[in-house]
Amino acid sequence: MTNSDTFKVTTPSDREIVMTRVFNAPRRLVFDAHTKPELMKRWLLGPPGWEMVVCDVALKVGDRYRYEWRNTASGHQFGTGGVCREFVPPDRVVNTEVMDGQPGECLVTTTFVEQDSKTTLKLSMLFESREIRDIALKSGMEHGVAASYNRLDEVLAPGAAGVATHGCA
Amino acid sequence: MGIAILGLTRVVHLYNLMVVQPMGYGMNASSRLNAVFAALADPTRRAILARLASGQASVTQLARPFAMSQPAISKHLKVLERAGLISRGRDAQRRPRRLEARRLAEATGWLERYRKIWEGNYQRLDALLNELQTQPKNPRNKKREKEAIHD
Repeated sequence: MTNSDTFKVTTPSDREIVMTRVFNAPRRLVFDAHTKPELMKRWLLGPPGWEMVVCDVALKVGDRYRYEWRNTASGHQFGTGGVCREFVPPDRVVNTEVMDGQPGECLVTTTFVEQDSKTTLKLSMLFESREIRDIALKSGMEHGVAASYNRLDEVLAPGAAGVATHGCA
Repeated sequence: MGIAILGLTRVVHLYNLMVVQPMGYGMNASSRLNAVFAALADPTRRAILARLASGQASVTQLARPFAMSQPAISKHLKVLERAGLISRGRDAQRRPRRLEARRLAEATGWLERYRKIWEGNYQRLDALLNELQTQPKNPRNKKREKEAIHD
């Protein structure tokens, strides 16, 4: 079985997306690769053509982190960020996350479990359903204002400025 | 079938940002996919879907939390309906709207797209971890070398 075959994306409940993946490395290294900018910038990139241009990490509870990516061909840029809730090297990291242009906060829990010098990474994204109403309210009001000026989405999309304008981070 | 609607709209959002927009809007996508993308590109419409995830609602109920007129909300609902993301209930008076979450998930295979993006990341991470483990045993020398290059 290759490591790729171990990769699973599941939705265990209507509030969660969970990803698991095995790596051939001790968890200390896998943990470092998730928390050290010089390492993160080498793999946390998404589809071809993207580079990570901002990687401010949060290494203790209460700190804020901010990641941004840029498409080298088109110049599109977007980011994500939040607050560190738990930081227990090399076991576990819990962060809140708000993605630019996306209403709602999610709680991201990453755990690193080592066995036989392999590490199982588990990344769980929990979406707060009780906040749905608040989120709807918030994004609706923000957008209501924008809509009164014009249909900003259509005017600005697909330019990079459009992405920044929607930002709620 | 449990689908995290906020999670799903997030997945769509990410895919839209990282794949569709840089390539030119909807270049290779089917018209159905285009309709879904267009419907989900708007934050109000995503918020409406999130609201409908907690149960069906009438147009009046949907309009209430938004600082928008009922006709403006109806316009958004029409876009969502055309994309097949919502449907109307039987009650002729209220005509409640409900989410077609299964349609959203099935028609577009979002989790699979998401999986592919992350698998690309993790294959790069495999290579990086491999490299980190096959580096020369003496990290101090390695560090000095690195500093020398940077200087």
